[in-house]
Amino acid sequence: MSNLVLAITEQIDGQFRKVTFEALSEGRRIASATGGSLAALVLGSDVGSLADELGKYGADRVLVADNGALADYTTGAYTNVVGALIHQESPAVVVIGATAQGKDLSARLSARLDAPLAMDCVAVSIDDGQLTVTRPMYGGKILAEVQMDGDPKIIALRPNAIAITEADGGGAVESLEIDPGESKIKVLEKTLETGKVELTEADIIVSGGRGMGGSDYSVIETLADLLGAAVGASRSAVDEGWRPHSDQVGQTGKVVSPNLYLACGISGAIQHLAGMGSSKVIVAINKDPEAPIFAKADYGIVDDLFEVIPCITEEVKRIK
Amino acid sequence: MNIVVLLKQVPATESLVSVAADGVSIQTGDLKWVINPYDEFAVEEALRIKEAHGGSVTILSIGSDKAVEAIRTALAMGADTGVLINDEAAIGRDALVTAKILAAALKGMSYDLIIAGQRAVDGDNYQVGTAVAEYLGIPNISLVIKAEVTDGAVQCHRTIEGGTVVLEAPLPALFTTQRGLNEPRYASLPGIMKAKKKPLETKTLSDIGIQPGDLEGPSTRIVRMTPPPERAGGQMIEGESPQEKAAKLVKALREEAKVI
Repeated sequence: MSNLVLAITEQIDGQFRKVTFEALSEGRRIASATGGSLAALVLGSDVGSLADELGKYGADRVLVADNGALADYTTGAYTNVVGALIHQESPAVVVIGATAQGKDLSARLSARLDAPLAMDCVAVSIDDGQLTVTRPMYGGKILAEVQMDGDPKIIALRPNAIAITEADGGGAVESLEIDPGESKIKVLEKTLETGKVELTEADIIVSGGRGMGGSDYSVIETLADLLGAAVGASRSAVDEGWRPHSDQVGQTGKVVSPNLYLACGISGAIQHLAGMGSSKVIVAINKDPEAPIFAKADYGIVDDLFEVIPCITEEVKRIK
Repeated sequence: MNIVVLLKQVPATESLVSVAADGVSIQTGDLKWVINPYDEFAVEEALRIKEAHGGSVTILSIGSDKAVEAIRTALAMGADTGVLINDEAAIGRDALVTAKILAAALKGMSYDLIIAGQRAVDGDNYQVGTAVAEYLGIPNISLVIKAEVTDGAVQCHRTIEGGTVVLEAPLPALFTTQRGLNEPRYASLPGIMKAKKKPLETKTLSDIGIQPGDLEGPSTRIVRMTPPPERAGGQMIEGESPQEKAAKLVKALREEAKVI
């Protein structure tokens, strides 16, 4: 076994996801703390031109698996390539973003390689060579510190939890010839909502709950557009059919940690608070001064959200 | 069409969770236990597929005696049989070992389709279902919001960040559920009565061919559990009008918090 750290990247529409840079930054820190080196792995079709960008986040080597069969993510093909690469390079640690793709790939890899996996980690520390990760459990009601026995140690990082640091790496590009094999799974169709800010990656989230009173979220959407924010919703708003399931924030929805979370007309059920409690700054706007959300908020406004939010929008426009 | 649902009993999501005296587990005294919400979607989807295509639905779980209640609930919803791996050496293991145990149990069962929750809302590992598929050597599709069984295959709509992908896997296959897949039914009173007579088998690890020592190997260990940092109650923004409050808030977010 080497002391190589392998960071697995992920791109969408020809651009790396933000979590890729988070994974590289953490990978660099781990490599530096253990006297190892960092390799980044890029998988996809026609992705060669992307590779150059990665040296700037501390990658000593950039390994590119460019193959038509890797154009869209499928569990089988991606696991075959990454699994074979890990056999070849024997990294001590593998870092990946805990996205839809990263969760699926890391779980399948852990079984393929018989390797320990810590999912959705929010912090990594190394003390005397001992790697410890912190990961939320029970939807964020508990933080667990976890250690792993076995190799490689697979760390899947929650998007938006890790600081991005630029560092000089050589970034020497190597192309890989690994056969992805035959995929049992066929990709029939792929639909992406262009321009939509993904909740788990958003710096700012504006969320609406029961206080919205209906499916008209235009006051929230206007402010969100202006701030480049994602729109979220509480479970009750989703259960009412006002918003799609994919917008739900909470223990049985998406767990988020943006810089700023604006909770509008959300009372603050325990499942919701668990799902957004790690946001850096929380603002609550609610008519009910007794709403539990105020106990968790850094700033609170007791008022009608339909009056306050348009004023906030105007104020943001004024200062921008 | 034989369908197996992987099911876990977990603390209800409305539960307050606190760290036990050992510092590496939670206090379980006052908890209410339920079927993991994502596994409930799995049970419902299995029942719908069975209703359309015929066949049987088997519930497979690992747990202690109290997990019987969760399996009985699934049987009352309409599942046909239950299998509980009730063995001290099987309970509370990490996700990878759990997947090994479930896969060993499945090797002795007949299945065309396996449905699992994307994660259990206690450990939040997002790992067991996918790892089981790897151990069985079958394809898996995770985070599914729509599933359709066609001739010898399953077509699934999988959610990804900002979109959806439609995938097709030949059977046997495994998929994991995402919120939006369906609205689980409640167990009816006749369903509850019938469930009492449905077969529920309890097995040990040696019953499914696992010997002591087979489960040693790589693992994840919890070395400490803590509650998340308490958020100090913040500042209420007062003002005569919505405009005034909005202006004060935006100023604070820009100048104090520096987030916009």
